[in-house]
Amino acid sequence: MNLARVIGTVVVTRKDENLAQTTLLLVQPLTEARQPVGRPLVAVDSVGAGVGEEVFFVRGKEASFPFHPVEPPVDAGIVGIVDHWHVEA
Amino acid sequence: MLVARIVGTVVATRKDPRLVSSKLLVVRPIDAKGKADGNPLVAIDTVDAGVGETVLVVSGSSARMASGLKDCPVDAAIIGVIDTITVSE
Repeated sequence: MNLARVIGTVVVTRKDENLAQTTLLLVQPLTEARQPVGRPLVAVDSVGAGVGEEVFFVRGKEASFPFHPVEPPVDAGIVGIVDHWHVEA
Repeated sequence: MLVARIVGTVVATRKDPRLVSSKLLVVRPIDAKGKADGNPLVAIDTVDAGVGETVLVVSGSSARMASGLKDCPVDAAIIGVIDTITVSE
């Protein structure tokens, strides 16, 4: 799983039927110094995260597991909102 | 998921039998500002998208969970046509 900040929202009207009623957010992965690293990506939200929050997300097919038994075709999903995190220097 | 713009079409006559009647498109990943970022890739279209549209692309094994792609040999699928992306950084 990766740490990231939610930086935006994505509106998609015409989409896969199993994506109906899901929330799609733009997330920016972060380094341990909370600096942006890599390209932002779109992740499906299963925990009610919002713009500006720090979250962790899972990559791969596992991103669809929170929606079981529905299998939305997603490869990144937010599975937790971070209250606080700290990395020893 | 990646945000990408459709830049072309692919015609392939000889292909895996499970790809028969699939629509193949060339997509170019873009960054949050709409600038092309990274190499183009071939994705199966499942939402009737067309050249010039901004779309959501799922990659890896999750692509097989898109509508109609069960057990197909694919690793990238277009699963939505993006209306708007709002970035608040």
